Amino acid sequence: MTPPPAVSAQQLRFHYGKRCALDGVSFDVPKGEIFGLLGPNGSGKTTLFKLLATLHAMQEGKLEIAGTSAVRESTVVRRKLGIVFQHPSLDVKLTVAENLRHQGHLYGLSGSALEQRMDELLATFRLTERRDDYAEKLSGGLKRRVEVAKSLLHRPQVLLLDEPTTGFDPTARREFWDVMALVNRQEGTTILVTTHLMEEAERCTRLAILDQGQLVAEDSPAALKASLGGQAVSVTLSAGQETEELAMHVRSALGVEVQTRPGHLRLDAGQHTPTELGAFLARVMELCGDRASSVTLAQPSLEDVFFAKTGHPFLISDMYQEAA
Amino acid sequence: MTTEPKDQATPQAIIPPHGDALSDRPLFWLPAWSLLQREVVRFLRQPTRVIGALASPIIFWVVIGSGVGMSIKLQGMPEGYSFLAYFFPGTLVLIVLFTSIFATISIMADRSEGFLQAVLAAPVARGAIVLGKVMGGTVLALLQACLFLALAPMIGLTFPWSALPGILAVLFLLGLGLTALGYVIAWPSESVAGYQAIMNVMLMPLWMLSGALFPYSGAFSWVQTVMLFNPLYYGLTALHYFMFEDSILLTDAPSLNFCVGVLTIFCAAMIAAGIGVTNKFHGRQP
Repeated sequence: MTPPPAVSAQQLRFHYGKRCALDGVSFDVPKGEIFGLLGPNGSGKTTLFKLLATLHAMQEGKLEIAGTSAVRESTVVRRKLGIVFQHPSLDVKLTVAENLRHQGHLYGLSGSALEQRMDELLATFRLTERRDDYAEKLSGGLKRRVEVAKSLLHRPQVLLLDEPTTGFDPTARREFWDVMALVNRQEGTTILVTTHLMEEAERCTRLAILDQGQLVAEDSPAALKASLGGQAVSVTLSAGQETEELAMHVRSALGVEVQTRPGHLRLDAGQHTPTELGAFLARVMELCGDRASSVTLAQPSLEDVFFAKTGHPFLISDMYQEAA
Repeated sequence: MTTEPKDQATPQAIIPPHGDALSDRPLFWLPAWSLLQREVVRFLRQPTRVIGALASPIIFWVVIGSGVGMSIKLQGMPEGYSFLAYFFPGTLVLIVLFTSIFATISIMADRSEGFLQAVLAAPVARGAIVLGKVMGGTVLALLQACLFLALAPMIGLTFPWSALPGILAVLFLLGLGLTALGYVIAWPSESVAGYQAIMNVMLMPLWMLSGALFPYSGAFSWVQTVMLFNPLYYGLTALHYFMFEDSILLTDAPSLNFCVGVLTIFCAAMIAAGIGVTNKFHGRQP
């Protein structure tokens, strides 16, 4: 018998009054995976996170955590979940150990079993030396580590992370994800993370892309990028140049597909040998002339995937939504 | 990419830490006790809060009490008592009120961007959250009230030791009811500013019309009518029973049993309302 998936969401819909935040979202997360929900602000991922965390009442659809219905048995679901919120949930007036002890109490842990588990996690997260420091004395990265340690005390089967490294510098972000990979491996915890950061999305085993309340793609980051074909040439226009006009010019001259967003062109370079690519690049530069400020050749990024699936760029998706 | 490596699930991760780890009954006493403890520890670590809740009522008491002094003779005031003495139990109620407000004001920030998020997502009964928070505030209110009570002999206000348990019991009920009231107001509030507005137009008048500043018997009849619907009036009258035994203040007052009964109903209603709002407002919508 195959075990039920760690998370199973079917046809989730959620409305705030008349505004639709989630419009029929379905996905499964198998046990042991690091699953990412990538979407810009306003894509519905915070709503989805709150539904998963049992902090919003379900309106429509079916949600199961490791085979338990989130609607009928929310207490059991809460025991199966570990949650790290986007906003810190540490009490800064308490020490690291006091924060952990308190969290343990919330999950019915106490006495020597709790102390033992605390020691274990403090060691894993290299926090043993800081256990008696007040949480307010810790750096942002350390606080986050305490948050994760806290959420793992009761050995949850699924760990939910909401934009966990927003505001981190690249080093702190890399450190954080190294620890998460360790947790995933050592404790067998399934991890579901919401993010709007490409670096974070790249660390996931599988990724679902969310836009305006709908899932537009779901696969491994590598497969998603590969789906766009080969390498792409990206052209940034000089100030004051007409995007569509140049796009038409390039399209007719080269006979390739050209995607546009204001100030940018993206050309599919297809699968070529390095020499052929060089020639292609030279041809594009010649066509654009001084109308372009830069012409670069790159592997498709997750941003390109988002653009290809939704027809609008990732970062300014909010504006598109408001205009719609 | 979707298959999991063989070494991923360790036996540890599969065996739950407790026999009841996957029970569908929400936890109650341990989380409630833990929340209460947190409330007290936090308070003692923030000296400004101790000063804020205790110092302002004492300043009120000294300035208003001594300022009025003997210049106004309130009708219905017991013979031989200064206004300072009359104002003493009212100040006790004010200390309880201020402590309750300070203890619940953190809820707004805590619930959507702080500590309470984790509590709400834990397998904890909503009643335990209310009880832990409210009992925490009540313990703080009692601690501060006791400090102030120690000042009573200084102004010649004496009462027998045997009255102390009664006074503490009344203060406990007042603390419980007012902290729960604070909780009910704070939980659905949008901002600290909004909460403060409610405090100014609702909680302060509630206190002013409790008999803290003037006795019931000398007030205009419409004020008397309002006072009869004010739970704090019954709290204060109960305190008068213990502190001003046999005084003229108590001739027309409701009986002690009635006062305690009203207070108890007030507490129960507020705690029930607290559980109600916790279930209803599950954190802010984006």
